[in-house]
Amino acid sequence: MPNGSNIKVKTLKIDGKDVSAREDQTILDVCKENGVFIPTLCHLEGLSNIGACRLCMVEVEGSKKLFPSCTTAITEGMSVITQTDRLKHYRKMILELIFAERNHTCSVCVSNSHCDLQYLGQKMGIDHVRVPYRFPKQSVDASHPYFQLDHNRCILCTRCVRVCEEIEGAHVWDVSGRGINAKVITDLNQPWGTSETCTTCGKCVNVCPTGALSDKGRSVAEMTKRREFVALLANRRKEKV
Amino acid sequence: MKVKIATVWLDGCSGCHMSFLDMDERILSIADKIELVYSPLVDHKTFPDMVDVTIVEGAVASTDDLAKIKKIRAHSKILIALGDCAVNANVPSMRNPIPVDEIINRAYVENALINKDMPVHPALPPLLKRVMPVHEVVKVDLFIQGCPPKNDTIFFAIAELLEGRVPDLTTMTRFGA
Ligand code: SF4
Ligand code: SF4
Ligand code: SF4
Repeated sequence: MPNGSNIKVKTLKIDGKDVSAREDQTILDVCKENGVFIPTLCHLEGLSNIGACRLCMVEVEGSKKLFPSCTTAITEGMSVITQTDRLKHYRKMILELIFAERNHTCSVCVSNSHCDLQYLGQKMGIDHVRVPYRFPKQSVDASHPYFQLDHNRCILCTRCVRVCEEIEGAHVWDVSGRGINAKVITDLNQPWGTSETCTTCGKCVNVCPTGALSDKGRSVAEMTKRREFVALLANRRKEKV
Repeated sequence: MKVKIATVWLDGCSGCHMSFLDMDERILSIADKIELVYSPLVDHKTFPDMVDVTIVEGAVASTDDLAKIKKIRAHSKILIALGDCAVNANVPSMRNPIPVDEIINRAYVENALINKDMPVHPALPPLLKRVMPVHEVVKVDLFIQGCPPKNDTIFFAIAELLEGRVPDLTTMTRFGA
């Protein structure tokens, strides 16, 4: 935030505790700042928020609706509740649906032990998936010299799409198709290795929460990721403006 | 009275049974409380009338698995899905996006150097169209994730059950652990 701007401070309650925050912050920002854990998958500090995965839903007193905390601005006097049985129920169900949608065979996954989806599954107490698995036939694109894309593990969070456009400025990624047929594509839906726009910076690979994007040559459980650079780069750019 | 325990091996690699044995001498501390009435580790041929706890390794992949698990469920008070194959169909399910005929053809004809032939023998149970986690077929009472679950996790789960408690395994294991 530029210094000296006349951003106002607002006060609100998070789980009954009084907190104050800048008026331009989201509920998620304020929760994170105050050490309140809210599960997220599509959100990543430094990228735009799209409210897609719906894991960060919270309750706001006085409303029956649930609010995605990453895209809901705070208001003066609002009272946010982050942990209820209802929220827990929905968060679990969302994760189970994600697991069921593609083919998540953790035991043979390049990101086993380093995966946001797997981690949240455990954290939310998922010991089995209650809906039938879909087992879709998905492809793997290993045409890029350094990276590979495994659609079996993609959760369509679009972090790759956003980091490539918003931070790298290359806009290699897009999403094609709708609903169950949605998938991430590179350039004009061509093999990644033939992309003329990819700079091979590796940003997409590092922000991907799952084993969908990985470095070539890594085997089961070897793919670790670095994420901090996104917020850092985003902040530096803001300061320059 | 001793708690009657059975263990069953469906479509899995037997890694979960190995992990079970890996409890080493701790098995002795529960041995006097249990009676192993049916298992690949012992020699009983038929599943008993009623078992207190049945531990199932592996996914449901063939008509034989299907018949077995239904029978086992009917004759077990508590059914435990042990390991990722039982819990989420895991590696065996990686064939699911591909039609069964194509898979068998690939294995026994296309890739075979000698005796290129589809396996057809009355003793061979046909594969199901898709491999399923156990709970998709019968009710499961406790899920122990992991590939395989660690011996500590299995020991903890059994020890808790023997004490009459429902083990909380959420911090001990997860998919792929
Ligand atoms: S991407 Fe994550 S959840 Fe999916 S198989 Fe890999 S480790 Fe498991
Ligand atoms: S490597 Fe960099 S330029 Fe290429 S697709 Fe990923 S983020 Fe975009
Ligand atoms: S490839 Fe990774 S970052 Fe991109 S949408 Fe899929 S899961 Fe998200």
